[in-house]
Amino acid sequence: MKKPIKGLGPIIIFILAGVLPLVVNHDYYQHLMILALIWVVIGSSWNLLAGYTGQVSFGHAAFFGIGAYTAGILYTKLSLSPWWGMVLGGFSAMILGLLIGYLCFRLRGPYFALATLASGEILRLIANNWTDFTEGMVGILIMQTFVSKLPYYYLIFFIAAACIFVIYLVMNSKWGYYFVSVREDQDAAASLGINTTLYKNISLMISSFFTGTAGAFYMNYMGFIDPSVVFSLHNISIQAILVGIIGGVATLWGPAIGALVMVGIQELFRTAVFGLAPKWISQGHALAFGLLVVLTILYLSNGLVGDWPKIKKIIFRRPSREVS
Amino acid sequence: MLTLARILILAGVILIGVPYILVGIGMVVGTMGMNDLFQMTQTIVIGVLIGGLYALIGIGMTLIMGVMGIINLAHGQILMTSMYVTFVSFKYFGLDPYVSILITMPCLFLVALFIGRYLLDPLIGRESILPENQVLMTVGIGLCLTEIMRFIFSSNYQSVRTSYANKAYYIGSVSFNYPLTIAFFIALMLTVGLFLFLMKTDIGRAIRATAQDKEAATLMGIPQRKITFSTYALGSALDAAAGTLLLPVYYLFPDLGGPFTLKAFVITILGGLGSTVGAILGGLTLGVYESLGATFVSMGYKDAVGMVIFLLVLTFIPGGLKRVTKI
Repeated sequence: MKKPIKGLGPIIIFILAGVLPLVVNHDYYQHLMILALIWVVIGSSWNLLAGYTGQVSFGHAAFFGIGAYTAGILYTKLSLSPWWGMVLGGFSAMILGLLIGYLCFRLRGPYFALATLASGEILRLIANNWTDFTEGMVGILIMQTFVSKLPYYYLIFFIAAACIFVIYLVMNSKWGYYFVSVREDQDAAASLGINTTLYKNISLMISSFFTGTAGAFYMNYMGFIDPSVVFSLHNISIQAILVGIIGGVATLWGPAIGALVMVGIQELFRTAVFGLAPKWISQGHALAFGLLVVLTILYLSNGLVGDWPKIKKIIFRRPSREVS
Repeated sequence: MLTLARILILAGVILIGVPYILVGIGMVVGTMGMNDLFQMTQTIVIGVLIGGLYALIGIGMTLIMGVMGIINLAHGQILMTSMYVTFVSFKYFGLDPYVSILITMPCLFLVALFIGRYLLDPLIGRESILPENQVLMTVGIGLCLTEIMRFIFSSNYQSVRTSYANKAYYIGSVSFNYPLTIAFFIALMLTVGLFLFLMKTDIGRAIRATAQDKEAATLMGIPQRKITFSTYALGSALDAAAGTLLLPVYYLFPDLGGPFTLKAFVITILGGLGSTVGAILGGLTLGVYESLGATFVSMGYKDAVGMVIFLLVLTFIPGGLKRVTKI
């Protein structure tokens, strides 16, 4: 078997993903691709924090929503172009991340998970009730800048590529090893002189930055947000986790694959397998994904990418060469 | 005795003392009047009645937490499922919601037993990168339960209207809502029953032993894994009871699970992870302060109360009330 040249894979993926929207010139499919890429960003940044650093966050909607609302409020209150949100959204999410990190990283156990969950919900309630500032449940509506989907596609494509690249760089630097050491054994890491709280915070900041940017992009792309959409526990926070799990935590490409699988499956069911299957199937789009998640955790606990060797063995039925 | 006194004093301070002190301050400052003082009593009564149900939810959660060592993120969804079972038995079989508790508890017990045995138990000792595999599994289960219910019943709001839903009786000038009072006493009975079960029976002792030390329990001949997933089922059955009791005074739709999972968290964190007494106190506290928030702040911020409590507890008493009650 020839060994593939290292680094060729990502470049091929990069080129393919760059050319794809030009080939598939249909608004609906381009929309799906944009959605998938948003999820690639959210899933990957969740993965940096949860998968690599071991701090499972149940509230990435907080960062996503803050990013989106930064863009929206800049427009409604300061009449700035919501594109400024793309610059500032990430930073405001990062500040929130610092706050949460400061509060929770002193504690161990499930506290961080619970605190992130709570912060997402608190922000949703604030956004719901502070009508003067956030327009409340009415939401924020802006005019989209472009009619065509292509500019949006390339923008989110760039963000996703940057996100994955940054995670790649970080995980191949000293920081990456620190992150993993925190996940594997916090006491051992601390006894070796690693400032675990600091590195957990750094991981959280990078993660929240990209999620916030994705949120700001969402505002610009969809042109409408309301608290129950962007701060949704069910549709953002939990979904981010599921994307990570399906693809495989602590793998570079896992969340990306997970995002594709999620958007793919949901749309497949929503359109009832392009109209081939009976109509009632379309009701089960989220259920199908849920079942897939349960099965994945049960049988492929490291996700599609993490357990790829195992899947390969099952599919190709190669006799195992391991001698025990 | 000392412990009991400590718990009672704590409960008194939190549930009655603090609210009245707040009103006192309000009256001194001038933002509140005598009217608020009367309203306060009513609010606390309603809060305690609802808090009884919250306590039941919290006990289920904390039981699972104590024995399995995981936070059960499907807790609210199990509650929601039980509400749907109640709803079906009311609508199609005409069963009184409070009678159907005899159906929902065994029903959800079996469902949770299945979940525990075939979905959660196999994950123990499985090699994976994240140790929180079981927690993530409960997320998936919660999602599945929600979507199954959505699939069957659609996203519409449902409710159960009993003939006595709006009846109330009065003690002095304080009104007691009829369904809530029944629910409170059933919840009380279940709680006492659970305590007797945990304290006096062999299985109860086995559960407590497993919660304390899994390996030692195994050495004592306790089938530790069986006990573990049975406890999951037991906790869920209590949760199911709470769901059934809640339905006559609440409404129902598939996404209800999420908010209740959150409430269950807040209660467990407030009470201290794994502490049953803490869960009861936590449930009552949440109930009272939620109704205080709804009455005196605004209806919209009712759900925020729990979150604020959560953050305060996390910042100032990270161990929860367990640190004060010591059990």
